[in-house]
Amino acid sequence: MTLIDLANPTRFLALTARVLPWLAAATIILLTIGLYQSASAPDDYQQGATVKIMFIHVPNAWLSMFVWGVMSIASLGTLVWRHPLADVAAKAAAPIGAAFTFLALLTGSLWGRPMWGTYWEWDARLTSVLILFLMYLGLMALWRAVDDPSRAARAAAVLTLVGAINLPIIKFSVDWWNTLHQPASVMRMGGSALDKSFLIPLLVMAVAFTLLFVTLHLAAMRNEILRRRVRSLQMTQASQKAA
Amino acid sequence: MSGPNKGEMRLSGQGLRCVRGGREVFAGLDFAAGSGETVAVVGRNGSGKTSLLRLIAGLLVPAGGTIALEGGDAELTLPEQCHYLGHRDALKPALSVAENLTFWADFLGGERFDAAESLAKVGLDHAIHLPAGFLSAGQRRRLSLARLLTVRRPVWLLDEPTNALDVAGQDMFGGLMREHLAAGGMIVAATHAPLGIESRELRIGGVV
Amino acid sequence: MPVAGGERFPNRRKPPMTALAALIRRDIRIALRVGGGALIGVLFFLTVVVLMPFAVGPDLALLSRLGPAILWLGALLASLLTLDRLFMADHEDGSLDLITMSRTPLELACAAKALAHWLAAGLPLIVATPVLGLLLNLDMVATAAVALTLLAGTPALTFTGMIGAALAVTLHRGGLLMAVLVLPLSIPVLIFGVAASQAVIVGPMTFGAPFSILCALSLVSLVIGPFAAAASLRHGLD
Repeated sequence: MTLIDLANPTRFLALTARVLPWLAAATIILLTIGLYQSASAPDDYQQGATVKIMFIHVPNAWLSMFVWGVMSIASLGTLVWRHPLADVAAKAAAPIGAAFTFLALLTGSLWGRPMWGTYWEWDARLTSVLILFLMYLGLMALWRAVDDPSRAARAAAVLTLVGAINLPIIKFSVDWWNTLHQPASVMRMGGSALDKSFLIPLLVMAVAFTLLFVTLHLAAMRNEILRRRVRSLQMTQASQKAA
Repeated sequence: MSGPNKGEMRLSGQGLRCVRGGREVFAGLDFAAGSGETVAVVGRNGSGKTSLLRLIAGLLVPAGGTIALEGGDAELTLPEQCHYLGHRDALKPALSVAENLTFWADFLGGERFDAAESLAKVGLDHAIHLPAGFLSAGQRRRLSLARLLTVRRPVWLLDEPTNALDVAGQDMFGGLMREHLAAGGMIVAATHAPLGIESRELRIGGVV
Repeated sequence: MPVAGGERFPNRRKPPMTALAALIRRDIRIALRVGGGALIGVLFFLTVVVLMPFAVGPDLALLSRLGPAILWLGALLASLLTLDRLFMADHEDGSLDLITMSRTPLELACAAKALAHWLAAGLPLIVATPVLGLLLNLDMVATAAVALTLLAGTPALTFTGMIGAALAVTLHRGGLLMAVLVLPLSIPVLIFGVAASQAVIVGPMTFGAPFSILCALSLVSLVIGPFAAAASLRHGLD
């Protein structure tokens, strides 16, 4: 199976129809295992049971960046290789990425509540994720603002790539801004390596969430392809003369 | 002055003068149209054809002269009894064909109507639920025409109405205009192309 | 006076409410459908508020003191910057001509359009306020106070901003010129909106006095806005 095989939307639809149930099943199994392991992981001696938020928070945070990476590759696909499904992939990924980023923020702030005493602290990491969230929303707004998907695709691809280049700069600036104002962050995972009893469930959860993303992404791409077909059918219908 | 017969209406303008941007477009213009009559306004570009229509529609204020509709609804002003079909179609691309038509019917206070029937008359019944943004220029014009059929008003002010319409569309439109005139309506149309119906010519701005 | 001619073209005496309701429904529908027009305002609000701490620093005590001011500035900019297309789109596609000609008084039509805009673009800002209050370390009471003042004050912003939107059509120019024209008009709303919120958080004033003035400003603008906008639109027709 190569990218060329996938270039044909019809074949893509046929293939994903076969793959999706398996992917969904694998996601559910892995998520169940991960959640069970997370629940049975020991409490932290400092943070108590709240540490378990980590098992949800970290995979979401990981995916918030991973999805932007996927969109950047898809954007290259749009601009450089002109792969016909690239902009479908980029468009379908944006809302999912935004959702993961939002969950990362939400769990982060719920985690922060017992640690900091407030739901929100302008902590360098959380702030960077917040900016990432805003960029996702902006990208979604761009997709919606332009009617014609192929025209929106190029603009969104450029914005995604600029974002990918800018993200490290933003991260660096936020870190610098943050240390300028508050010398030490309240919460640190610490230099010490994570205990095995935490690490394994965390890895399982990370893989499970990644699978979840792949499943959702493929399903969203199918929807997008079908939506575009409906649109072009409607346009054909509009141009037909009434009997 | 003899008033119009019972049931007859008469739209007339006397000594109209129009000034736009400090320039006199036309002056001393008279016109009249009774029930079932059409005035075709002709003249070169910039002679003030559109301005005349907009004067009648109340969208411009005349620098002189008067416009009156005799025999109309006494409770309504002249613009409220006019349909103005300008260059622009007053359609929202994001709304469906039916939503566009229903909005104007509700806003302009039309009778209870069947959107499918009005749209069938202008040949758009296949596109009722499609977004208006998918329509071609000619189809958008047809959708605007459906507005004229849905909300009944005695005076139609048409600015280059057959622009963008194909031959079949022009035939269809000719039929609609004849129906309107037969019902006692009046038409004032600015046009370069022949309208396809019997009309009185009003030449403004000298020789073409 | 013969009216028989009119009878052949029956004009059902619909109450003007039908026409206005149709206009409001249409504008809200468009705002929600086209490019998330209404939600971009919320996104703008969010972005402006998030930018503030980078300028003033992440000191939570300072942020919670500045909170109401930041939220009000954000809401002010968000609601005014989304306004400049209020009449422009209708002008460009010719709808405004038909609205002007119709039986519905232009003043009422303007008010209906502004109301639709407030419902589609102003109300979401107020809904978003509690989330932003969280970011600025405002407590429940302070957030509620800001949301309440925004609820009372944003109609004033929309209805005075509408005058600028009408001028933008008349002058064939939108964007920054409009902002420059309208922003000074919104200063009183800003003063009393922030004052009422601050009264709850730090005192020493009571909440009631500035809040009443804020409501009064909104009510006055509900009257003046539509008349000024309609006058400007009528004058600008060509």
